[in-house]
Amino acid sequence: MAEVALRNVSKSFGAVEAVRGLSLAIADGEFVVLLGPTGAGKTTTLRLIAGLERPDRGDIVIEGRVVTGAVPAERDVAFVFQQYSLYPHLTVYDNLAFPLRSPARRMDENTIRRRVQQVAELLHIEQKLGNRATALSGGEMQRVAIGRALVREPAVYLMDEPLSSLDAKLRAELRLELKRIQRELGTTILYVTHDQVEAMTMADRIGVMNDGVLIQLGTPREIYEQPNSAYVASRLGTPAINLIPAELLGGAGLPPQARTVGLRTEHIRISAPADRQDIPPDAPLARVHWVEHLGDQNHVHLRLATHSLVTLADPAQELKAGDEVSLEFSEPLYFDQAGNRVEVHGVRERA
Amino acid sequence: MAEIRVESVAKSFGGFAAVKGVSFTVDHGAFFVILGPSGCGKTTTLRMTAGLELPTAGRILLDGEDVTALPASARDIAFVFQLFALYPHMNVRQNIGFPLKCQNVPRAEIRRSVEETARLLRIDHLLDRRVGGLSGGDRQRVALGRAIVRRPKAFLMDEPLGALDSEFRRLMCGELRELHDRIDATTVYITHDQLEAMAMADRIAIMNQGRVEQIGTPQEIYDRPRSMFVADFIGAPPMSFLGVQAALRRGDRSIEVDGVPVAMPELFEDRAEGSFALGVRPENVSFAEASRLRGRVIGAEYLGTTQIVTVTTANGRLKARLPSSQTVRVGETVGLALRPDRLSLFDASSGAALRSSLYEGGAHG
Repeated sequence: MAEVALRNVSKSFGAVEAVRGLSLAIADGEFVVLLGPTGAGKTTTLRLIAGLERPDRGDIVIEGRVVTGAVPAERDVAFVFQQYSLYPHLTVYDNLAFPLRSPARRMDENTIRRRVQQVAELLHIEQKLGNRATALSGGEMQRVAIGRALVREPAVYLMDEPLSSLDAKLRAELRLELKRIQRELGTTILYVTHDQVEAMTMADRIGVMNDGVLIQLGTPREIYEQPNSAYVASRLGTPAINLIPAELLGGAGLPPQARTVGLRTEHIRISAPADRQDIPPDAPLARVHWVEHLGDQNHVHLRLATHSLVTLADPAQELKAGDEVSLEFSEPLYFDQAGNRVEVHGVRERA
Repeated sequence: MAEIRVESVAKSFGGFAAVKGVSFTVDHGAFFVILGPSGCGKTTTLRMTAGLELPTAGRILLDGEDVTALPASARDIAFVFQLFALYPHMNVRQNIGFPLKCQNVPRAEIRRSVEETARLLRIDHLLDRRVGGLSGGDRQRVALGRAIVRRPKAFLMDEPLGALDSEFRRLMCGELRELHDRIDATTVYITHDQLEAMAMADRIAIMNQGRVEQIGTPQEIYDRPRSMFVADFIGAPPMSFLGVQAALRRGDRSIEVDGVPVAMPELFEDRAEGSFALGVRPENVSFAEASRLRGRVIGAEYLGTTQIVTVTTANGRLKARLPSSQTVRVGETVGLALRPDRLSLFDASSGAALRSSLYEGGAHG
């Protein structure tokens, strides 16, 4: 049974359709990430599940119960926001205990202590329980904020970019932590972000959203390797996938509907024409525009006719601006006029 | 354009030493990045270079001329803050022309300069538009236009892309660097984002606690970090460290990690028994069933082409960048192989890198 489900949910604010006909089922113990740019409708989706907004159409189901009309307190959800929102005058312990002391719950202090202790250990903040919330570092504060949600053991956690206010290093650490905690506790999480690395590294399934619509839902690998549209293809991958007009690649061997060819940076091989004899004579030629050194690899920016491409190269490969190179492609993705994927079954040919 | 020399510059605020003797030279036309965490002194260093702060000690030379005591207005330098600060009530033309108008430049000349700048930034079709309706990228270009319209000798930029989301930042990095090349500018750019630094810089100075830890090209700093601080600050994920207890001799080509000899670049110094850290970058770690160096997989992060696998060992945590086609199970015990010619060794107490064939082989001096 799915823990949380949205059934054809829509929500408008005035003339703006924030969420359009969204259907999504999150299984028990699943970590689902909604990925999309600002304004895609991700946060509205979370707020609809939490009961902070009412949908115009459709239903929201939590643990088999339709909660569309229920107020937030009647829904078994916990929300973690982007900003820490801790009580500055309370200690870490009291901040964590706060949700459990709500009159609605009537939990005795012994049980509360046990739960707070447990969560604090999980988050590695047990040494800080006596500190004032304001005496913590940014990372610790955000851990406490996450901990305050964790003590409650709700049916689902709703997280709205909880790591985005942290610096890159801490974000990378907490990503791993959050995934570990989720796996250990078997919690159900719906997590919203515009950061593709967070989505790829933590999600069991990613839902890519744009303009209020869920465009594709799948495992990180499915989304990366089998995107259903040029939009989804361009959302994942650093550097972004190269989307090249089909006519620049000569058209031969391409499916007739293909207007754009998507090539991931790792699927373009470059070589100086003099270097190798086995390059097909019709391999497209490009010019090196700029080599970006990133330490473990180089990003080579190329010009193919009027179009810019980026590819990866080993730092050992000597390339400089102005060099002419020939291109070989593997695993191309084809997209039609509208940007939808053109399937080529079982064919992995050279473009 | 200009050469900037910063010589032994220091700055204290009351009892707090923000900058403790910093020296570097930025060549004509170079893109120089000062990289470091917040509070390392990079902004103070930049502000002294701009003339917005007076150093407590040291000299600053612009094209050989000592400008240490000159105010910002007399230095012919453009200081760029966050690029989003545009005047909302003015159109694009007025925004770009504003610095010239403030200097009472004749109207015809303003018009000419603004149009030339707009062409350079490829926003000449937007000149009469209001800034409110522009896309994020175009707004950044207008803000850049306002900085370059005066054609100063040098640009000093203080985290200009800090407010942008990560993908857009990557895009603007490329554009900024391209613009720098097109107008043949000298740029000093500060950031705490190592990827920005690696992507744009000709040379990087990494600062920590008021001091420069290392200056070098991005590749040099990545391959041969002079300290654990640098090794840990550069790379995503950064270098991993394995703690080892050892006595070392010049000429050593391996070190014992948990009783297993691990090959490394030839060592060029003797060290008494002590604590050291063996540094390895994630792409130089692989799984090898036969290896006696063992660890347990505690996490795998899928990144598309590659995955980052975190492994705990008796000597510390290690991150490996592996092809995502490789099957990795959390909880399994694996053998580890470290690429010998790419290992760094650090003194664990001082954090300084030990001299070895890796460091002395290709490095300058």
